[in-house]
Amino acid sequence: MERRNFLKGAIMVVAGAAVPMSALELMDPRDVLAANPDLKWAFLVDTTKCVGCGMCVKACKTENGIPWTANVSRTWVERYVVTKEGKVWADCPKQARDGFTSPLLDENSAGMVSIQPDDIAKGFFVPKLCNQCDNPPCAQVCPVGATYKTPDGPILVDRTWCIGCGYCIQSCPYGARFFHPVLHVADKCTWCYHRLHHGMKTACVGACPFGARQIGNLRDPNDPVTQAVLDDRIGVLKAYFGTKPQAFYIGLSKEVD
Amino acid sequence: MSHVWRPLWVVIILVAGVLTFRHFYVPKDFGVQEQGYMYGFHRLSNEKEWMNFPISYKFSKDDSYCQQCHPGHVKSLLASPHAIIPCEDCHGPALNHPDNPPKLQIDKRRALCLRCHANLPYPGAGRNVVPGIDPVTHNPGQECVECHNPHNVMEGLQ
Repeated sequence: MERRNFLKGAIMVVAGAAVPMSALELMDPRDVLAANPDLKWAFLVDTTKCVGCGMCVKACKTENGIPWTANVSRTWVERYVVTKEGKVWADCPKQARDGFTSPLLDENSAGMVSIQPDDIAKGFFVPKLCNQCDNPPCAQVCPVGATYKTPDGPILVDRTWCIGCGYCIQSCPYGARFFHPVLHVADKCTWCYHRLHHGMKTACVGACPFGARQIGNLRDPNDPVTQAVLDDRIGVLKAYFGTKPQAFYIGLSKEVD
Repeated sequence: MSHVWRPLWVVIILVAGVLTFRHFYVPKDFGVQEQGYMYGFHRLSNEKEWMNFPISYKFSKDDSYCQQCHPGHVKSLLASPHAIIPCEDCHGPALNHPDNPPKLQIDKRRALCLRCHANLPYPGAGRNVVPGIDPVTHNPGQECVECHNPHNVMEGLQ
């Protein structure tokens, strides 16, 4: 055997052996598509557009049958007021069910706080709701399999199966879950799963006059929400928890968490 | 050997009892679904139950549904800055209106208008774009709709 041929053959054998068997496997397109369903919902909140009217909270409570007078809500709006000295005030009276109509801040047991307009450096509103995390701690901790992540994103609660232990309510870093005062089960925002599956937007998105809330499909590259998530300067809440939240925010300030 | 079998029978009967109970109590479609054991352990039919949850709000695009019967109101609304407000925000959920409910409960209270129009002194907030009043000094106790037309607000005082 010639030296040249031996080297050629050796290189070919090594190159061939370097190709793993899995690379030669033929993939079934159906399997690939099943692993990549057509729907993956994402929420986009533009905090710069929010005026704190609370119409979203009103619509959500009505649409989803959350008791009007109980201090629980699937979505809520927080008000932040930062003074020129750098002190941060925040409040959320009745989850902003009736909007923000007074300059007084509701600091619960500390009473109503009045801040002089000249002392205010900035003030703004932040709508919040369930982030429908890709790594949802609430679904992980459920001891009975009553809460789970759907293939298209939202996390739901099986009301017939929930035992009301409250473990998920404690595990949510965003405080998005609560105990339903009438049904006595854990309750949470579903991104209006029923509306989404009838081709409608969520109630809060529909109710917002200012376009501060949007919902879209991340699998659709032409969706305005997908384009904003890809191209715009967006943030998420409490990224350090590693929950991979799917509600994205425009205009987050460092005071918000 | 009966001293071994007696407690063993108790255990066997207990285990069989639990398994029998579980067989009848746990729904057939309950189990680990496609999201995996950690996030997807649930009763599959519950997804369909949530999809069939009753809808209340219509929130039709450009108020085209409301326009079919109330063209005048929608036209005057669309000509005003209030065009951005969906009809159902003030008029209430109207999915099956006019069949059910035949008449909508309109929220005409001052508090509804103040949600946007109570002035809040926040630099940089979207609230500043909306014309605001001080509810304490601006005709307290009176309803806004007594003077202002909520549809076409540019129409001037009534």
